[in-house]
Amino acid sequence: MYEGVVQDLIDELGRLPGVGPKSAQRIAFHLLQADPADVRRLTEVLTVVREKVRFCETCFNVAEAQQCRICLDPRRDVRLLCVVEEPKDIVAMERTREFHGRYHVLGGAISPIDGIGPDDLKITELVRRLGAEPVDEVILATNPNLNGEATATYLSRLLRSMGITVSRLASGLPVGGDLEYADEVTLGRAFEGRRVVDA
Amino acid sequence: MATYRDVAIVLRTHKLGETDRIVTMLTRGRGKARAVAKGVRRTKSRFGSRLEPGMLVDLQCYEGRSLDTVTQAEMIAPYGDRISRDYSAYTCAAAMLETADRISEEHEPVVQQFNLLAGGLSALAHREHDSGMILDSYLLRAVAIAGWAPSFTDCAGCGAHGPHRAFNLASGGAVCSACRTPGSAAPRPETFVLLAGLLTGDWPVVEASEEPVRREADGLVAAYVQWHLERGVRSLRLIDHTPSTPLPPHEVFARTSLGTSRGPRLPPHEVFARTSAGTSRGPRLPPHEVFARTSLGTSRGPRLGA
Ligand SMILES: [Zn+2]
Ligand SMILES: [Zn+2]
Repeated sequence: MYEGVVQDLIDELGRLPGVGPKSAQRIAFHLLQADPADVRRLTEVLTVVREKVRFCETCFNVAEAQQCRICLDPRRDVRLLCVVEEPKDIVAMERTREFHGRYHVLGGAISPIDGIGPDDLKITELVRRLGAEPVDEVILATNPNLNGEATATYLSRLLRSMGITVSRLASGLPVGGDLEYADEVTLGRAFEGRRVVDA
Repeated sequence: MATYRDVAIVLRTHKLGETDRIVTMLTRGRGKARAVAKGVRRTKSRFGSRLEPGMLVDLQCYEGRSLDTVTQAEMIAPYGDRISRDYSAYTCAAAMLETADRISEEHEPVVQQFNLLAGGLSALAHREHDSGMILDSYLLRAVAIAGWAPSFTDCAGCGAHGPHRAFNLASGGAVCSACRTPGSAAPRPETFVLLAGLLTGDWPVVEASEEPVRREADGLVAAYVQWHLERGVRSLRLIDHTPSTPLPPHEVFARTSLGTSRGPRLPPHEVFARTSAGTSRGPRLPPHEVFARTSLGTSRGPRLGA
């Protein structure tokens, strides 16, 4: 234990995701020894982030205005809507440059053991959007783990009953890997999601 | 460093650092265990998919001071993966996994709990019965193994032969008119029959039950579990009751039994943990049959007029 404000800093850092007590201590002492100008920049950015950044009113992505830059971009295809768990998933999708539609952020995945059900996610908002926007296809891009799959199952049941075309991001083999090292669940899904080779 | 190998069902996972997870599991030989699985959140991880909740795996770990570390995980049955395709089954599996987590202790192996959970997950994955009924049967048998066996025929207070009309949580089930206290419920007689069927895995009786009776039984089972498990089971609030769609023929996969898997074999007396009062006798049963058996019971209570 350290005294007063140093311990407070360690405690605060330790509350960040992925930061254990050891790392918190290391970061704290790094900050104590850093150039005061660097620390000032960090504090300013933290303050600005809290004040300026909010969530897009349409898709719940991070935004600096009422809507995020993707919802505001007229070149994006309004007929395609990709549903993700978190804003960071949008960043990953955007890196592919494959998708030109728009997004909807659920704010997590269904997880009954944590008390998170469909009503705790932005699903009502999704349904409302589908009523108001000319969406042809909803692409479910939740994580390929148990909760993400179950969330996709729930959404496809709900949306299909509304007569909307629903697709799920394919699960499959990592590019650059060897087939023999693939696990059976991934390989099984790759079989399910196989496609006809037309060239 | 000490290593061990065991068969395990993954109960839940927590994120750790950037790419790791802490996996809480129910092992056959060591009770509940917690271990770190390194790098499993990377999409290229070899055993990430095997260490998801609801998976039955053959596991190798080395013991650490506070947490063990998973070094190998081989799939025995991907129940979790199958279950996630059916939302009702998924919510029921979540409640089963949470209950198993709450009911078991670390380093205190209860093989009957392990087999019961494996059987329940298998039944959900194969859509053998209504998901809600599989869950209720699991819950009643899990609390019974934990030492809180309810009685649905004879009086839970004095043992007087049933059937009786009243149900009291604190007393442990059916109560006679003499033992009946204020606040006892008065379920339909058919509900008592269904509850007794669920407790013993008497599936013909369960299948014959009607929807309002099932709903009443559901409520009583949930109340009974919440009564015995402090803080309750959170997942029970989110159970989805939409009937499951039958599995399309191409998805009916070959049933996995522990006996044919790569994992260590279960001795027959350990597999047959069918009823709460189950004597460990009978033929070797793979997990999917633990839930299905109806005619081999040696210690099932008297059947109510079904
Ligand atoms: Zn937006
Ligand atoms: Zn009595």
